[in-house]
Amino acid sequence: MGKRSITLTINGQQQTAEVEDRLLLVHLIRETLGLTGTHVGCDTTSCGACTVQWNGEPVKSCTVFAVQADGGEIRTVEGLETADGLHPLQVGFWQEHGLQCGFCTPGMLMTTEALLRDNPKPSEEEIREAISGNLCRCTGYINIVRAVQHASNAMQESAAVPSHTPEVSAEGGK
Amino acid sequence: MTAPTIGGLGKSVKRKEDPRFIRGKGNYVDDVKLPGMVYLDIVRSPYAHAKILNIDASKALAMDGVLAVITGKDLEAAGLHWMPTLMSDTQMVLPTDRVVYYAQEVAAVVATDRYIAADAVLAVDVDYEPLEPVLDPFKALEPDSPLVRPDKETGTNHIWTWNAGDREETDRVFADAQVVVSQDMYIPRIHVASIETSGCVASWDKVSEKLTIWMTSQAPHAHRTVFSLVSKIPESKIRIISPDIGGGFGGKVPVYPGYVLATVATLTTGLPVKWVEDRSENLQADSFARDYHIHAELAADRDGKMRGLRVKTLADHGAADAAANPSKFPAGLYSIGTGSYTLEAADFEVSGVYTNKPPGGVAYRCSFRVTEAVHMIERMVDVLADELEMDPAALRQKNFIQPEQFPYKSPTGWEYDSGNYPAALDKALDMIGYQELLREQKDKRERGELMGIGICTFTEVVGAGPSHTFDILGIKMFDSAEIRVHPTGSAIVRIGVQTQGQGHETTFAQIVAEELGLPVENIVVEHGDTDTAPYGLGTYASRSTPTAGAATAVAARKIREKARKLAAHLLEVGEEDLEWADYTFRVKGAPERSKTMAELAFAAYTNFPLGLEGGLEAVTYYDPPNLTFPFGSYICVVDIDRGTGQVKVRDFLALDDCGTIINPMIVEGQIHGGLTMGLAPALYEEIVYDEDGNNLTGTFMDYLLPTSMETPSWRITNTVTPSPHHPIGAKGVGESPTVGAPPAIVNAVVDALSHLGVRHIDIPMTPSKVYAILQEKGVAE
Repeated sequence: MGKRSITLTINGQQQTAEVEDRLLLVHLIRETLGLTGTHVGCDTTSCGACTVQWNGEPVKSCTVFAVQADGGEIRTVEGLETADGLHPLQVGFWQEHGLQCGFCTPGMLMTTEALLRDNPKPSEEEIREAISGNLCRCTGYINIVRAVQHASNAMQESAAVPSHTPEVSAEGGK
Repeated sequence: MTAPTIGGLGKSVKRKEDPRFIRGKGNYVDDVKLPGMVYLDIVRSPYAHAKILNIDASKALAMDGVLAVITGKDLEAAGLHWMPTLMSDTQMVLPTDRVVYYAQEVAAVVATDRYIAADAVLAVDVDYEPLEPVLDPFKALEPDSPLVRPDKETGTNHIWTWNAGDREETDRVFADAQVVVSQDMYIPRIHVASIETSGCVASWDKVSEKLTIWMTSQAPHAHRTVFSLVSKIPESKIRIISPDIGGGFGGKVPVYPGYVLATVATLTTGLPVKWVEDRSENLQADSFARDYHIHAELAADRDGKMRGLRVKTLADHGAADAAANPSKFPAGLYSIGTGSYTLEAADFEVSGVYTNKPPGGVAYRCSFRVTEAVHMIERMVDVLADELEMDPAALRQKNFIQPEQFPYKSPTGWEYDSGNYPAALDKALDMIGYQELLREQKDKRERGELMGIGICTFTEVVGAGPSHTFDILGIKMFDSAEIRVHPTGSAIVRIGVQTQGQGHETTFAQIVAEELGLPVENIVVEHGDTDTAPYGLGTYASRSTPTAGAATAVAARKIREKARKLAAHLLEVGEEDLEWADYTFRVKGAPERSKTMAELAFAAYTNFPLGLEGGLEAVTYYDPPNLTFPFGSYICVVDIDRGTGQVKVRDFLALDDCGTIINPMIVEGQIHGGLTMGLAPALYEEIVYDEDGNNLTGTFMDYLLPTSMETPSWRITNTVTPSPHHPIGAKGVGESPTVGAPPAIVNAVVDALSHLGVRHIDIPMTPSKVYAILQEKGVAE
């Protein structure tokens, strides 16, 4: 099986790898690069557990070849937290109990991060539509919607008051 | 300085699990990567029933990177080609001469890379001679049916027949009753489809002769015992680690052939071996739920007084009885089917049948067949209401077990611990505005619109269970907790149950925080590692809180009693002079003289009296005196589109009573998720086979899990009726909503069509099924 060299940026860091043409992007991320936050749930682009961002757009990395992403920028769940702390969506999911087993969570986070960049104040219907390609078996989605709303509100507030850091309270949402 | 928050019972403490999950730092089985690890993939049968004439692995073995191909003949040499199931049946690990279901494991390939392993699977040539399969359990009982299990001496596909209740007394009540309604219903085969599939990493260390298996297991201790019995490796040399689990719902209770094959592969190659199913393997070959063909009859008097219940059921178990029911209950707790109602007598009969399908009978977020039982009785109550032209709410109120009747002994022998059904239904009816909905429905019917209201007032039975009655493979179904309090007042708790998303690391810490007055943030909960956790039967059937939750409270109380001795020593008073108030030991009459648990923990290591052992720890193996009986009143409102047959759940109010609530946020989350897993089989999910036994629903494109678009915004509320026998009064909640939701939805859809003469619809109520009914009744648009 032929191999070729690809170079891409993962969470801001340039990486080069020798890969088979048929290697799936999700396996490059998980196995070659060791970033196991991105999960595999269905192999058929149905469940969204493998969602990462490719040049800023959410894609299901179980149906993208690694070679297709040559030269691109990939962002995974591991790239959400910064030196300033957790991403407001990560805070929102924690605060609003937007996860249970946690397996779909990284995909949900990457999908909704892209949503909030495009649409900082989405309605419930818009949030539900955005995550409709990400299956969750545990939560019934209600708290995921609340988590995204929580993040949206926090990001609006911190945009209005630049020094504002979102509060993390000891107790979760109700 | 303010004291740290205790975070005990009733607090929505944020989950301790989440910091790793929201960062992508969970550790699931497929994340485990060991040096030198190789990959196992499985050759599967394209036939539901066939003889295996020959397996030629030579092409596969010649491929670069392929290390081994394992066949049934190889396993037969070691006596490992069959394995026991948790129901004391047997199941093939790999076949030697015949396959009995589509996608059955036929051979295993071990390779250095998962892609090469997948290539090699295609290169294994298997010659089959197809045989006629039997897929219908009724036909399977006919004398000329193909035999699924010729290895059995019985010469039939009949596995067992199980009875509960009193047949004679039931016959007498039926003969005497003024009305009898009957109904056939089928509860189809469905699959839990957790988003993480099943898999393992097996690693044999030749030097220490120790086998370590990271496994998607809801019951790691029970699995270790099974592995030891099968492999003859001492249990002390087997370590099963159930790391983060991406959803279980019952699907990760059985032992699958893949686990055994990966173990054989590591034992023979000496290398760590990973096996992880893909989604199609998961949907085609893992154990399945439901598949119950039910005939029910309900006897009553004209005034609506329900009197007797007769239920006959055929249970399709597929090719092996590989369910995980307690040994004495081949049909699980199905005889809870008299529900929330007082009946004079009941008669249950269930027959288990082999067919050429993968093993069935595993739970789908359900305590051992309670879902089927509740579906049956809650449908039958509505069928009776239709017959008597009574309001379904009024009929239920007329027949409820009354609060003063608890503990209530049911006609099938269960002793319900506590409940207040009338109050729960009244509250739910009031909250949803039942009378207003009835008026709206009347108006809409006059305009030709289809709207329905469905009620389900279910009683669950969870928390298996008392050791005199409940065991799996002879292992009693107690559960355990071990608590160690450190000198500086933090603690580690180890439990015999295992979270798959339920939040044990948080809620079990809250139980200890409440009992000991130590801040929840300083309490660590560990589980899922058989080398460190005390023995327990695992998490399924909503048993964690009723069993290990009780063990945790009892162990904490043992620690508190020892702390009392330390407090008496430090305060120089008698133990009887102390009281435990505000999470502190205080001298009676002089409450300012007090010792906190943190102070007492320090004393346990630095200043304890002569004659008292040092340290502060306790272990409890808790044997519950009874099961717990959570209950609920659910009301569903649907609109049906006459143009498409689409059912829209417009409103759904779920009132749950799970006794004492440990963490309201987590309970709410459990109910949201459980309701969604009740919506799923009611409207969308069904595993379908064609006449040859091929699975037609082997991907998420054909097997429809509800997405965010189909799932309604559930409304939830509660009442609190503590369990009188549980140390903290908790009953368990994870499965109630999955049990209660489907009949509420069916009752609503049937109610929308009842004026057209519709009395029952089998699930899933897909648009095509509903539209066909609309056409038949002449109301389709």
